[in-house]
Amino acid sequence: MDILVCIKQVPDTKDIKLDPETNTLKREGVESIVNPFDMYAVETALMLKDEWGGTVRAVTMGPPQAEQALREVVSYGVDEVALFSDRAFAGADTWATAYTLAKGIRKLGDFDLIICGKQAVDGDTAQVGPGLAQQLDLPFITFVRRIVKIELDSRTMVVERLMDDGYDVVETSLPALLTVVKEINELRVPSLKGKMKAKKIDIPIYSAADLEVDPDSVGLTGSYTQVIEVFAPKPRGNRIILEGETEEQVEKLLNGLTKDKVLSVKID
Amino acid sequence: MDYFLTEEQKMIQDLARQVAEEKVLPLRAELDENEEFSREIIKHFADADLLGLGIPEEYGGMGMGVFEQILATEQVARVCCGTAVTFGSGGLGAMPIIYYGSKEQKQKYLPDVASGKKLTAFALTESTAGSDASGIQTTAVRDGDEYVLNGTKQWITNAAEAEIYCVVAITDRSKGPRGSSIFVVEKGDSGFEFGKKEKKMGIRTSTTGELIFNDCRIPADRLISREGMGFIIAMKALDLSRPGVGILGVGLSQGAMEVAIEFAQTRIQFGRPIIAQQAVQHILADMATNIEAGRALIYAITKYIDSGAKNISKVSAMAKLFPTDMAMQITTNAVQILGGHGYMREYPVEKMMRDSKILQIFEGTNQIQRNVIGQELNKQFSSRKNKG
Repeated sequence: MDILVCIKQVPDTKDIKLDPETNTLKREGVESIVNPFDMYAVETALMLKDEWGGTVRAVTMGPPQAEQALREVVSYGVDEVALFSDRAFAGADTWATAYTLAKGIRKLGDFDLIICGKQAVDGDTAQVGPGLAQQLDLPFITFVRRIVKIELDSRTMVVERLMDDGYDVVETSLPALLTVVKEINELRVPSLKGKMKAKKIDIPIYSAADLEVDPDSVGLTGSYTQVIEVFAPKPRGNRIILEGETEEQVEKLLNGLTKDKVLSVKID
Repeated sequence: MDYFLTEEQKMIQDLARQVAEEKVLPLRAELDENEEFSREIIKHFADADLLGLGIPEEYGGMGMGVFEQILATEQVARVCCGTAVTFGSGGLGAMPIIYYGSKEQKQKYLPDVASGKKLTAFALTESTAGSDASGIQTTAVRDGDEYVLNGTKQWITNAAEAEIYCVVAITDRSKGPRGSSIFVVEKGDSGFEFGKKEKKMGIRTSTTGELIFNDCRIPADRLISREGMGFIIAMKALDLSRPGVGILGVGLSQGAMEVAIEFAQTRIQFGRPIIAQQAVQHILADMATNIEAGRALIYAITKYIDSGAKNISKVSAMAKLFPTDMAMQITTNAVQILGGHGYMREYPVEKMMRDSKILQIFEGTNQIQRNVIGQELNKQFSSRKNKG
């Protein structure tokens, strides 16, 4: 099975801070990591490779330093990686990102399966996976929590899709695109040989020209959405939890509402 | 402190730390409580290529030295000493094969050890042979193309879990220590059984038990090197592995100190964190100083060993002695800093204190280590030209 995984380099959300003046993310001194959900996509691909053989490739669109994220997944066992990087790609929304990734993936060849994390922890849109599937004209299943079976002869697979109130069992033809949730597996550890390979591996970089993209469809220019403002939500007010018997709670509530002048009449 | 590690050494250290924190830390309390050995954890270390660090590359390992191995072991011990014992004793069990095995023996066993498919154990101790290895009763008698083993080994790390056992047995009692030999016995060999599993005070995430040989027949080509080499091989293996026990003390102490510092910074008594008390600061200062001394000692000695040094008995005994006596003191003091909390199983320091005691006992008690160092000093200073 030849599998492709899409990953994204994101700031480590453990220490994310907003600049109170500009309301934008403070990037200085914040460590970059591979989007945690994408690591489950990588693990899914590696497990399928362990079972079925074949190759696992990973791609990302991002600035030159995003190659660090690609090296990271190589240390876990990904065979090959590619970086789609160009100034023209900057400021892309989910549509432009999906378009660019699709152009890049077509360049790399055919795959039996494309796997993405369910969403990135910085943007939280969960749109790039499905958008990419549309661009590539592939069936897609989001929020996959388990791969039930794969039949390479008939080129189909069955998966479980996590829902709010249970799960769906979905069958799809291959090739297909999946987005996975963290329930799907437990991450392995990198290997020493993998880390050594990651340090040395040559990472091909594809520019806008290499990918033969339509210049009006990439980056900020190609984006249908524009970010007008980013702001931190106001902190919630204090909450009080009333305890005791129902009558006691009603009494406390009434007293409170009267005291805060929400109610002006005392009800007897 | 920067020990100027190479990029590769740094990689090994980081990787071992990552595996320990991601795969061992979440399970250590439960495994300790249930006295449970986890093969799954060992598999993670194998998948990370860390189990084969000391195995030559041609046999599927990483071909690293003792120094690189102790770098990894230290990080495991920082999180769980019991797991680090299993991690390290696999190395000891493979050493007779690595250093004295035939090409065929190496080819047969080492790739599976490097990949984690098979675990090894080293079997020397018996009820009558602890510090005094000459008390070995287990015998191996040649019978045609086979050897027949009889006897019982006790307190063997990885007993019943390992697939490959390097067993010391007497082949010629009249020759004393020179009459012992080492054999590879495989799990499943006829007449080879496992006795009771020990219930231990500490390192409960590793497994310890009895090996019983009852007319155990093995092919003659399982003999490592030749008859009579048993004691020499065992001593060489122990010389090489003692720094690996010492580093358990360093890693364990480091882990205990980190818990103690974090606690001291957050525990408020008399209106301020207890780390503001000099009495507490001084204990932590002594801990940090001793740990750095122990670490520097082992790093220096293992680099010396890796340089191909011949007579390493004295230095390897020192590398075991100092850090393990230190670990007993540091883990005890860590419990002291945590006070009542430290005595409870909710915090990891009571486990660390229990784990540390064995380090002063196994692979040669610390009294035996002092004997070794003392005898070597006597030898060294008896010949004038070797003074200093």
